Amino acid sequence: MTVPQVETRAADLRSALDACFADHPRLRGYVLDEQGHLRENVVIFIDGQRARDARLLDDALAPQSQVYILQALSGG
Amino acid sequence: MSDRAYIATRKGLFEAYRTHEAWLLDRQHFLGDPVSMLLPDRRDGTLYAALHLGHFGAKLHRRDAGSSEWVEVAAPAFPEKPAGSSDPIEWKVRMIWSLAAGGPDQPGVLWAGTLPGGLFRSDDRGDSWQLVDGLWNAPERAQWMGGGYDVPGIHSICVDPRDSRSVLVGVSCGGAWLTEDGGASWSLRAKGMVASYMPPELQQSEAIQDPHRIVRCAGQPDKLWCQHHNGIWRSVDNGALWTEVKPAAPVSNFGFVTAVHPQDGETAWFVPAEADSKRIPPQGSLAVTRTSDGGAHFTAWRGGLPHAHCYDLVYRHGLAVSDDGQILLMGSTTGGAWVSEDGGGQWQTISTHLPPIYAVAFA
Repeated sequence: MTVPQVETRAADLRSALDACFADHPRLRGYVLDEQGHLRENVVIFIDGQRARDARLLDDALAPQSQVYILQALSGG
Repeated sequence: MSDRAYIATRKGLFEAYRTHEAWLLDRQHFLGDPVSMLLPDRRDGTLYAALHLGHFGAKLHRRDAGSSEWVEVAAPAFPEKPAGSSDPIEWKVRMIWSLAAGGPDQPGVLWAGTLPGGLFRSDDRGDSWQLVDGLWNAPERAQWMGGGYDVPGIHSICVDPRDSRSVLVGVSCGGAWLTEDGGASWSLRAKGMVASYMPPELQQSEAIQDPHRIVRCAGQPDKLWCQHHNGIWRSVDNGALWTEVKPAAPVSNFGFVTAVHPQDGETAWFVPAEADSKRIPPQGSLAVTRTSDGGAHFTAWRGGLPHAHCYDLVYRHGLAVSDDGQILLMGSTTGGAWVSEDGGGQWQTISTHLPPIYAVAFA
């Protein structure tokens, strides 16, 4: 799956993710589980800071914020 | 005669095919990705592969008959957990642990069993899935517990070839369950099993049994075999009563896998392992045991299998039988794959260095 880059005016992380998933519905199940929580081995950084709560995903976003979704280091 | 097979491993899905001289490895799919389960659907030639991605969760892919292209379809997923639920289990599919095709009269129907203990049904070849509420909401599910994994899971799905609405499933650790109405209602079906790992007053409780694997004889559907945590059980009445095989099978009556002859319900195979905490082949020597008289007698076969410093285990889905009951394919936790063309007597090595093998199946 190619990883898209999305620009959004969303004011918080979950709204930004929802905006991204609206255009890329398959991506939702790769980033979030079926309860809407960030998958255990996926990590999100906002302007260099790790997202605070993997269940709420309620970090505030500034207009220029940059959000990166990454694979956490795990496995073997 | 079967001449092609699939091997699902921690690092991809591999094909094997038969030549005049030997079975050889062939094409690979999803290289590097864990493939937790596969299903060749005999009804329409479709192949399904369940991925267990370390980062991104359980996924399902489908390849149509005659096609070389895989298509990602929907993966089973739980509905939103109700607010205030007292269920200690997270409603999140961790892994697809079993896949089964519905009956020939139900084209497109699939069943999937997951960790943590969800049974799901698709009516459209995996394009969408529905949790089977009747089993998930059974009050006895609260007694289920993990066995092999931290959470309970459904590893065996046995559709009755006489009536597609009748399905028996095996749960580690949650006993065996039967529906006769296509999944709407379920009843426990583990009477006779004994769990010696439990306190005395709970050892015969049906909802905590650990059937490691349950298989049904296609030609004699009332005959079921079970490799249980505490031995080998069989049923001749579709699971109404299970009877322990005694005296115990040779080598060890502990193990994970069983396979039954597709036409002869008296014939079944097992791969013994040392119980309980070591989990290695007894004496470091791999054997396959077979009964052809309903468990009264067993023969232990080792021909062609490693017999020294062997630490291969064969897990629940690591042994497959061809439709004629003659060819067996076996895959181990340490990447050994063997095939027998005489019903288990003599084995040929396909590979001893595949990734850990989760499941094998003939095309």
